[in-house]
Amino acid sequence: MIRVVLKTLALSVAVASASTQAADLNPAVVFDMGGKFDKSFNQSVYNGMERFKEESGVNYREFEVTNASQREQAIRRFAQRGANPIISVGFAQAAAVDKVAGEFPDARITLIDMVVDKPNVQSVVFNEHEGSFLVGMLAAMKSETGTVSFVGGMDIPLIRKFECGYAQGAQYVNKDINIIRNMTGSTPSAWNDPAKGAELAVSQFDRGSDVVYAAAGGTGVGVYQAAADSGKYAIGVDSNQNYLQPGTMLTSMVKRVDVAAYNSLKAMQDGTWQAGFQALGLAQGGVDWALDEHNEALITEEMKSAVEAAKKAIIAGDIKVHDYMSDNSCPALD
Amino acid sequence: MSRRTKLPAWADIGLIPLINVLLAFLSAGVVVALIGESPLEAVQVLIRGAFGYDEGVGYTLYYTTNFIFTGLAVAVAFHAGLFNIGGEGQAYIGGLGVGLICLALDHLLPWWALLPLAIIAGSLFGAAWAFIPGYLQAYRGSHVVITTIMFNFIASALMVYLLVNVLIQPGSMSPETRAIAPESTLPLMHEIFEFLGIKITQTPLNLSIFVALLACLFVWVLIWKTRWGYAIRMIGFNESAAVYSGINPKRMVVIAMMISGSLAGLVAINEVMGAQERVGLDFVSGAGFTGIAVALMGRNHPLGIIIASLLFGALFQGGAELAFEFSTITRDLVVVIQGLVILFCGALAYMMRGPLERLFAALSRSNQEEG
Repeated sequence: MIRVVLKTLALSVAVASASTQAADLNPAVVFDMGGKFDKSFNQSVYNGMERFKEESGVNYREFEVTNASQREQAIRRFAQRGANPIISVGFAQAAAVDKVAGEFPDARITLIDMVVDKPNVQSVVFNEHEGSFLVGMLAAMKSETGTVSFVGGMDIPLIRKFECGYAQGAQYVNKDINIIRNMTGSTPSAWNDPAKGAELAVSQFDRGSDVVYAAAGGTGVGVYQAAADSGKYAIGVDSNQNYLQPGTMLTSMVKRVDVAAYNSLKAMQDGTWQAGFQALGLAQGGVDWALDEHNEALITEEMKSAVEAAKKAIIAGDIKVHDYMSDNSCPALD
Repeated sequence: MSRRTKLPAWADIGLIPLINVLLAFLSAGVVVALIGESPLEAVQVLIRGAFGYDEGVGYTLYYTTNFIFTGLAVAVAFHAGLFNIGGEGQAYIGGLGVGLICLALDHLLPWWALLPLAIIAGSLFGAAWAFIPGYLQAYRGSHVVITTIMFNFIASALMVYLLVNVLIQPGSMSPETRAIAPESTLPLMHEIFEFLGIKITQTPLNLSIFVALLACLFVWVLIWKTRWGYAIRMIGFNESAAVYSGINPKRMVVIAMMISGSLAGLVAINEVMGAQERVGLDFVSGAGFTGIAVALMGRNHPLGIIIASLLFGALFQGGAELAFEFSTITRDLVVVIQGLVILFCGALAYMMRGPLERLFAALSRSNQEEG
C-alpha cells in the first residue's frame, strides 16, 4: 500500500510539474488482441488517435496486447509513467481498467465498449442495436427473396447485440422475413478469417439469402468479396466499408470508435474531460448507416426516407429497439 | 534417439542449447538492426524487462509457470512416442474443471483446502480431454497429431458455448464466469511476501509456481523411477520390443496421453485459481503450443523444461517490454524473436552437433598426444 501511495505521490508531483510547462496531456492507447491494423474496430481507434496527432502535433504511446494478463500490465505501466488519458480499447479490458483505476486515482482512463464505475474512468459504449436496426431495414427492403442473413465473428453477447438489432430492423419492414445466422468460429481467429467468412456467405446465398450483414472484424472482407462474386448485397460494419466493393455494398453500420478516442484526447487538451458513462447511439452520432458515392445507386428514395423516418422515431423513443445485452435475450429471434 | 553420443553429457545438454539460443539472438539482432534500432539496446531492454526489477521477474515467473505445465505435458507424451499438440485444449478444459469446483465451493472452503480438490479436478478434466485422442490412437489408429489439434477446436467451441450461455455471470456483458471469492483464490506472491514483511510489486505470480515445481519432480519420478514410466519410455523406443517384455502398448498409449492431458490441465491452477480468478475466454492464450517448443528445447527432461520455460517466460515478458519501449518494435517482432528461438532450438537443434563433435574429438586427440 505504502508503495502505491508513494508512487502516486511521485506521479502527481511529476504531473504537476509537467503541467506548468505544457498542457496536461500525454496520451497512450492499449489496443486489444485484434491489433491496431484489423481493418475494423482497433484500427478505427488508431485512426482517431492519428487524426488527433496530426491536428495537435501531440504524439502518443501505444501497446498491443497479446494475452489476457498483458492488459492489466500495459494499463498499469502507462499509469505509472503518467500517461493521460489512457485509451483502453475493447470490452475485454474492463476488469484490468477497474483494478488499475483503483490503484492510480490520478490516472484518467477512457474505456471503449464497456462500463467501469470508477471516479477516474470514462466509459464509452455504443448502441449498436440501433444502427443495426437501420441496416436491417435496408436489407429487408432490398431483398427480393424474403431471406436475409448475418455473419458474426465469435458467438459473444456483443455480437448477438448486432444480430438482434439487425433482426428487429428486418422484421420491422417485413414481419415474415427469414433470417439466416452464422457465427464464424469460437477462437479469436474468428475476427480475422476472410476465407471462412466467404464460405459462410456463399452457403447463406445458396439457402436463399440475397443480403448479408457481417459483424466479424476482418472476416467481413471475405463476406463482401463473396457477395460481389455472387451478385448479392453485403453490409459492412464499424468503419464505413462501402468503398471495399462498390456496387454490391448496400451500406455500412458505422460505429464511431474513432470519434470516441478523438473526443477523449480533445477533451483532455481543452480541460473538459469528464469521468462517467456515455452511451453513443443514433442521437449522438455514435452509430449510423453510411450513404456515400459508392452505394447511392443502390438506395432508392423510398428506402432512404423510410430509414430516416425510423431513425427519427428511434431517437424520439417512438421505436424501441431491444438491446440484447440488457437481459441477454433476443425476443425477435426466439 | 539411437545416435551414438560422442559428446560429454554437459555439452549435449548444456552447451548445444546455449549455442542455439545465442544463434537465435544473433539472427534476431540482425532483424532489429534492419528495422533501424540498436540490437544491443534491445537486448538490454529485453533482459532488464525480464529480470531487472521485481515486477518484471514476477511476470517472467508467472509465464514460466504455465510453460512448465504444458512443457511437461508434451514431454510425457513424447517419451511414449506421441506428439500431443492438444495441450491448448486440454488446459482450456482443465480450466472448466478448476472453475467449476472453485465456483461450487469457494464460499465454503479456504484456498488451502480447495487447492488439492482443484488440482484433482483440473487434471481429471484435462485427462478426460486427452483420453479420447489417446483411445482413438491406440484402438482405432487415428493419428494423435490430427485428433489433438481437432480437439483444441472442439474444446474452444465448447468453452465459448458454456461461457456465453451457461456459466456467464447474469447481467454481465463479457463472456466470463463470476469472480472466485477472494479467500478461495491462490495467494499472489506479493501477498505472501507482504506477510513475510517484504514489499514487492503486485504481479499475477502466485503460489502455483510451487505446484509446477512439484509437477516436475512428479514427472521425473514417474518417467525414470516407476514401472509406468519404464513402460512409457519402452513404447516410445520400440513398440514391438515393449510387447515382448510384457507391456500392453495400447493401454500405455492411453495412460500416457491421460497423464499428459492432466499436466496440461494444471495450467488452470495458475490462470483460473491464481492470476485471473475466474474462467474467461481463451485464458490459455497459446501456452499449450509454446509447451511444444519448451519440451523440444528442454530435451523432455524436467530440469531442461524448467530452464526452457524460464527462457520463454523471459522472452514473453521482456518482449512485451520491448514493445513498450520502442515504437518501431511491435508485438509482431516479438513473435519473430520467439520463432527464431524455436527454429534454432527445435528444428535446427542438431545443426551444431556435428561441428561440436569434431571439435571435441580434436580436443581429446590433442589431449591424448600431450599425455
